[in-house]
Amino acid sequence: MRVSADRESCISAGRCMAATSEVFDQDEDGLVLVLVAEPAGEQRAHVRKAAYSCPAGAIEIRSDDV
Amino acid sequence: MTEAPPYPQKRTCPYEPPAGYQEIGERGPVLKVRLFDGREAWMVTGYRESREILTHPNLSSQRTHPNFPIVAPRFRSQIARSLALIAMDPPVHDTYRRYLNPHFSLKAVRRMRPELERIVSGYVDDILEQGPPADLVASLAVPLPSLVICRHLGVPYADHEFFQDSSGAVMLGTEEESAKAAQDLVDYIDRLVADQVKNPTEGLLATLVRERVQTGDIGHDELVSIALVLLIAAHETTSSSLALGIITLLEHPDQLALLHADPSLLPGAIEELLRFIATTDLVATRVAKGDIDIAGHRIKEGEGVLVSGTLANRDGAVHTRADVLDLRRENPHHVTFGFGIHQCLGQNLARIELEVAFHELLTRIPGMRLAVDVADLPILGAGTVQRVLELPVEW
Repeated sequence: MRVSADRESCISAGRCMAATSEVFDQDEDGLVLVLVAEPAGEQRAHVRKAAYSCPAGAIEIRSDDV
Repeated sequence: MTEAPPYPQKRTCPYEPPAGYQEIGERGPVLKVRLFDGREAWMVTGYRESREILTHPNLSSQRTHPNFPIVAPRFRSQIARSLALIAMDPPVHDTYRRYLNPHFSLKAVRRMRPELERIVSGYVDDILEQGPPADLVASLAVPLPSLVICRHLGVPYADHEFFQDSSGAVMLGTEEESAKAAQDLVDYIDRLVADQVKNPTEGLLATLVRERVQTGDIGHDELVSIALVLLIAAHETTSSSLALGIITLLEHPDQLALLHADPSLLPGAIEELLRFIATTDLVATRVAKGDIDIAGHRIKEGEGVLVSGTLANRDGAVHTRADVLDLRRENPHHVTFGFGIHQCLGQNLARIELEVAFHELLTRIPGMRLAVDVADLPILGAGTVQRVLELPVEW
């Protein structure tokens, strides 16, 4: 799994960081930072939840585990 | 063709949908409802459809649009129709939002936690000293959000009663009361901003003066309109969520027992309470600025659109036993804070206030119970913030 975030559309809701602060953080402007671009193991479920919860659709997941 | 059902309707129980919403829900996920002024508007009652429409590019928040749906007379006022952020579309909405985001981000709000804990602890000290009984509306639910937003903005808490009364009247007064209270607030904030421009002190208002007004990004009047929205939005919603949350927990003793047994359930429990209570009843009022195809319907350009949080949060297509309060629910998805670019700016502040307040009440007044029958707690505000005027408890 690869995850990226669009800081242009981010509205600082923080739902990603609430889902997993291991993978997502916020900078001083409140905008999303991706800490782990290739989350593994249990993190993946949290990342999916983060992407689903994001009100701005700012989180993109590319999954290579087909 | 059946007639469009009337909307909004009043709740009889603080946390349950009015009986008439069952029909609205059954005719959803997208239907037409009839408003108090006789006009019709589209209403979205499905959870997935709510997310879909709230992120649709043809949905507009421009309240000056002649067809913008008005759910109660007080929302006809000029001030209500020109609210910063809430009544705006991009690009200005997004620009304002970016000014505010750093001060309401999850990270920023988490830094406020120790101060919130001190504040709440003080309120609970007073409650224990003076009671039982106690009225948790007057002793906690109203003053807590008020003090928190005053401190955050850097406005004098000495004036909090004025803010509380005015923002209450804006949201729940008659048309005349609401317009007058809004104007009083504008006049007051106008003076505050003028003082801050002359001599910026501390808090968000002063920061915005330094970072945005003195740099020429926004003018004095724009900052006044932003501050007005922050004050109104912070007061009523959090206050009502707190009171309704407590009532809901006290009326579901088996669920409350789960929280007593395992306080780590609290963050998830708060999401479930937010879902179940749907404090604002309505989560979005919009107008279509182009055609929108959704759930087999075509909403035409210029038609009004409403999103029902009460019904979307209890959508059986998404939640099993949607009408049951289940604090251990795995995915308590809700649209209580809205969705899309307008999703509540203060959502994380609200969550942490609720969390700290519930935690303090649960641990320090574990035997708390309602001192009156829940049916005797009158509910104000259909189609907007659901409010109880008092919440008598004993222990």
